[in-house]
Amino acid sequence: MDFLRNSVLTLIVFLPLVGSVIVMLMPKEDTKRIKQFSIMWSFIPLALSTWLAIDYWIRFLAHGSGGMAYDVNLSWISALGVNYHIGADGLSIPLIFLTALLSFLGVYYSTRVIRKRVKEFFVLFLFLATGMFGVFVALDLILFYVFWEIGLVPMYFLIGIWGQAKDRPQYAAMKFFLYTLAGSVFMLLAIIGVYLSTGTFDIIKAAQIGVWTDWPLAASLSFWAFLIAFAIKVPSFPFHTWLPDAHTAAPTAGSVILAGVLLKLGAYGILRILLPLFPQAFAQYGWIVALLGVIGIVYGAFVSLAQTDLKRLIAYSSVSHMGYVMLGIGATAVALNMKGQEGMLKNATMAFDGAGLQMFMHGIITGALFFLVGVIYERAHTRELAKFGGLSTMVPVFYGTMMFAGFASLGLPGLSGFWAEFFVFRGAFGIVPVLATVGVIGIVITAAYILYRIIQNVFLGEYVAKKWDHWTTVYGEHVSGPTDMETFEKVTLWPLVALMILLGIFPSLILNFFNQTAVDILSRLF
Amino acid sequence: MSESIFNLTWLIPLPPLLAFFAIILFTNRNKRLSSNVAIGAVSVSWILSWLVAITFFTNPGMVKKPYNLMVPWLPTGTTTFSMGVAVDAVTAGMLFMVGFVLTMIFIYSSGYMTFPGHLDPALNTDGLDPRYSRFFAYISLFATGMLGLVVANNLLMLFIFWEIMGLCSYLLIGFWYEKKYPDPKQITPKEAGLKAFLTTRVGDVLLMVGMIFLYIFAGDLNFQVIFSGDTLQHIAAMTVNLPLFGETSWAVLISMLIFFGAIGKSAQFPLHVWLPDAMEGPTPVSALIHAATMVSAGVYLIVRMSPIFMAASDGHNGAMTFVAFIGAFTALFAATIAVAQNDIKRVLAYSTISQLGYMFAALGIGAWVAAIFHLLIHAFFKGLLFLGSGSVIHGVEHGHHHAHEQGHDEGYFDAQDMLNMGGLLKRMPRTGWTFILGGAALSGFPLITAGFWSKDEILSDAWANGHSLVFWTLAAAALLTAFYTFRQIFLTFFGKPRTEAAAHAPESVPSMTVPLMLLAVFAVVGGWIGIPEHFPGLGTILNNPLGRLMGGQAEAYGLHYEVLDFHLFPVVASMTVALGGIFLAWLVYGRRPLKTGEPDPLQVWLGPVHTVLRNKYYVDEFYHATVVRFARWFADMCYAFDSRWFIDPIVNSVGRTGRWFAGALRRFIDEPVIDGAVNGLGLVTQAAGSVVRLLQTGQAQNYLLVLLLTVLVLLAMVQFV
Repeated sequence: MDFLRNSVLTLIVFLPLVGSVIVMLMPKEDTKRIKQFSIMWSFIPLALSTWLAIDYWIRFLAHGSGGMAYDVNLSWISALGVNYHIGADGLSIPLIFLTALLSFLGVYYSTRVIRKRVKEFFVLFLFLATGMFGVFVALDLILFYVFWEIGLVPMYFLIGIWGQAKDRPQYAAMKFFLYTLAGSVFMLLAIIGVYLSTGTFDIIKAAQIGVWTDWPLAASLSFWAFLIAFAIKVPSFPFHTWLPDAHTAAPTAGSVILAGVLLKLGAYGILRILLPLFPQAFAQYGWIVALLGVIGIVYGAFVSLAQTDLKRLIAYSSVSHMGYVMLGIGATAVALNMKGQEGMLKNATMAFDGAGLQMFMHGIITGALFFLVGVIYERAHTRELAKFGGLSTMVPVFYGTMMFAGFASLGLPGLSGFWAEFFVFRGAFGIVPVLATVGVIGIVITAAYILYRIIQNVFLGEYVAKKWDHWTTVYGEHVSGPTDMETFEKVTLWPLVALMILLGIFPSLILNFFNQTAVDILSRLF
Repeated sequence: MSESIFNLTWLIPLPPLLAFFAIILFTNRNKRLSSNVAIGAVSVSWILSWLVAITFFTNPGMVKKPYNLMVPWLPTGTTTFSMGVAVDAVTAGMLFMVGFVLTMIFIYSSGYMTFPGHLDPALNTDGLDPRYSRFFAYISLFATGMLGLVVANNLLMLFIFWEIMGLCSYLLIGFWYEKKYPDPKQITPKEAGLKAFLTTRVGDVLLMVGMIFLYIFAGDLNFQVIFSGDTLQHIAAMTVNLPLFGETSWAVLISMLIFFGAIGKSAQFPLHVWLPDAMEGPTPVSALIHAATMVSAGVYLIVRMSPIFMAASDGHNGAMTFVAFIGAFTALFAATIAVAQNDIKRVLAYSTISQLGYMFAALGIGAWVAAIFHLLIHAFFKGLLFLGSGSVIHGVEHGHHHAHEQGHDEGYFDAQDMLNMGGLLKRMPRTGWTFILGGAALSGFPLITAGFWSKDEILSDAWANGHSLVFWTLAAAALLTAFYTFRQIFLTFFGKPRTEAAAHAPESVPSMTVPLMLLAVFAVVGGWIGIPEHFPGLGTILNNPLGRLMGGQAEAYGLHYEVLDFHLFPVVASMTVALGGIFLAWLVYGRRPLKTGEPDPLQVWLGPVHTVLRNKYYVDEFYHATVVRFARWFADMCYAFDSRWFIDPIVNSVGRTGRWFAGALRRFIDEPVIDGAVNGLGLVTQAAGSVVRLLQTGQAQNYLLVLLLTVLVLLAMVQFV
């Protein structure tokens, strides 16, 4: 057991890389074996992260603790003092699980729909997982940076090669790559800044020592350099325009991972690095983060309402939904400035919880929505909302699944998305009430774009066969009209729907992780 | 009965939820089985509800110490938020009504949801609606929502079930989503569903904000906590400086926000616009959701939250006055519109809005018990009226179908237009007589009907406490109510059939008429439980059990309740307006029944006023021209700003500048100056170029291999200490 506890994170991070190499060595004609192997292999991190979550729950959460665990600290590049320091706590474990789940489902779904350059696809897809897992476990800034960067490369190719030609995949991939890279430059500078101040790259040590405590200007500059990198990744308004292009162009599983996991890296970075390392600067500028969040919520929702392409709509909805995360995080930071006030720690904790919940819930909900776009796109080969209508009776299973995901996305109580919104606003109203008041407008507009744009355009009304006549089955055979979800699509989507319902009723299954860790982190700052 | 019965309370909302999942996952292919599962499940809930309610009624001492079950549910920082169920007198009364009405309407639906007229008859294989199972799944989920709302012991849980009902309302209004009308301006079911969801969502969001503020100040949302003296004093004493309103106490702000939730859900002015259009849903839905239960949830919410409204009111100023104003205004406003409607269901819809306004007015003047009384009674008779109208529509549709087969083709036919009816009492006696009973109750027909007692109590309360403006407004609304109700009855059931369809309408099946008769019983005797103690004769015999129970509960919550002395004037007034309205309706529509093609006499006499009323004061048009158009315009502007005008162009021009700069460096400095030697900047350019080239020639793996090797080399540098 101890051996497993010491090695579980390393295994989760590097097994996908090993799998990627193995696939690379397999003959590329043998696509069947490549697919079978990829599915099995990507299941291992899922199993391990499930065990990880349960083990952490039993050993820590059940005892009211949310601290760092499973840490491994080995010297890596000793000349620079860079260590292989990894660990996980209640903030990272749900996100590791989310990554494992979406990666597994993405691999499984892709084995059924990817037809060109199969081997390369799975090489890249498995490789991608290593980068994402790595970010969530890294406790060393250089390690964090390395993982942050290596995730970019496979995603660049996934968008560029497997994107649909009409969505300008090369442009979208390049934009995604360069935009994030531009942010990374700032991050690297800030990391060096942290090192100059504290003499360590270790996040935990640096937080204990304090970064630029004697030179506020340097602290502010480092803070902003990090924040820009993270805000681009989230993406926060006004750095978000890479997102609709990249999400729209990417193949289905790529969009799922982009929206489900990659966007969380930025928000995770803010909570993991900025909050403990720059509490003063963050408290000072937290309102800007909250403001950008609120703008994102409302602006993203209105832009979504104007979309005519289903996938682009959902891409923009991510801008809106990640705004809730930013609002929660920003409010948490602002609360650090209001320590004396009654109940402020509780407000801050709930805002933190809300941000964490929103990261996780957005992952499963928007992941499901992108899979659902894939379901319809593989059949209709268009995503123009105006081409559909009246599909509800033709494809009832698809309709039902979309209803669950759509209503979860608009924050219907009883489904998982509500809890995230509720916690974010519960926290934010206690800290930045004016901004939060503006933010609630987004809730109404979200309902409008989900119901008016998606549900009404695609599913309701009368089915008119003339409107669109290029239907195929998901396997590419021509048919006269839409066909309902196949078994593999149900296998992909229903676990996500089940999670939406389960977490809608028992949010504490996830909330406990974030809450304990929020208490742990914030009580040190308060 | 033992008090351990209350431990069953948390089970009440569960059976319909299980039925919902059973239907969508397993039984949806078998329509009859699905409806039986749903009816069976709701019957279990009904029995449980009545067990709990009756146990409570037989233990009146419990009003002091209501049943409360708490289960820790959410970790919130270092504290825990508990969910749970509670039963007090209000919950018990609601459970009694809701359980029964739900079951009646489920049974009725199994008869009503036969093949809808707007579909192609070729699809008709089994005589049932093609989405029959789906209908029962939705109403089962709705039943969960309503029952859960009633038993919730905290505001958050109440809100959750409140929203679930909103979802079901949306799904069920748009149930016949493919339906289209020849007139493009007429709202279709799918649009009506959307309108309902979004309009109520506006109120719901405000309610959520109010709830969150309450949570912040009280530290919890459990009813026991938020109604404790400490919390109430705290929120009444704390003030906030609001733009436009100035210094306001938090209690006022919170209660206003909560009240907006009720305004949305209970379709009060100015968010009333969704309810009449919600009539596009199947009629059992109108009866269940849009008359008896969901829309009255708004009233229930304010009933629950009354201690906070009291804390927010100081004498005649404050939150309560606003509630009274909105309620009384809506009561009269909606009643005037109802007078000019010809759609049998829309008349009832406006009447529902008006009656809910009555209840809010009662709450606003502090007539807490009277409001609950009217809420319960209204559910019975309005449910009855809607089901009756459904039976009528069903009959007329069948008659139309019959006439169609006989070769009397009337083109597009509106089976809900009362001008297409007439003389139906002879064709559909059971439906007709029960409808007349329900209509009499709605009109407040003196002494016999339940509606008289509940309305009279509100009027008496208003009179006795000196709220004369509210009194006269409500009295005027009551006059109009009696008038439009009997206008409806005369147009529908009396005179001669004005169409072939009406002439051939058959009586409905027993699964529809039996619930009508059962509900009719309550529409009459239901009122006897609340006859005031001091009413001459009757009062002393029955001794006002409802007033005693709810009055005791009111006192336990620190609300104002007094047993009113008997005043002759309000009783005479309420009798006069009821009978006067009925008499006027008889003068206009009863004495000389309308003939085929003849215009409504009111239309002739009132002229342009009638046009305004028929068009509902053009509120819809106003919203459409302002809110809806603005939202669409603003969305388009945001998108243009994003993709064409500002943000993305900046990103692209930065990218272009970078490329140009790199190219310029290479052309003017790198190549000529350093003569092919590779410097750092050139590398960047080349790397970018080769990435693109790799992409195009398909040699991605080469690059990847390099990258992988790099990573592996880096990892190999790990020096184990």
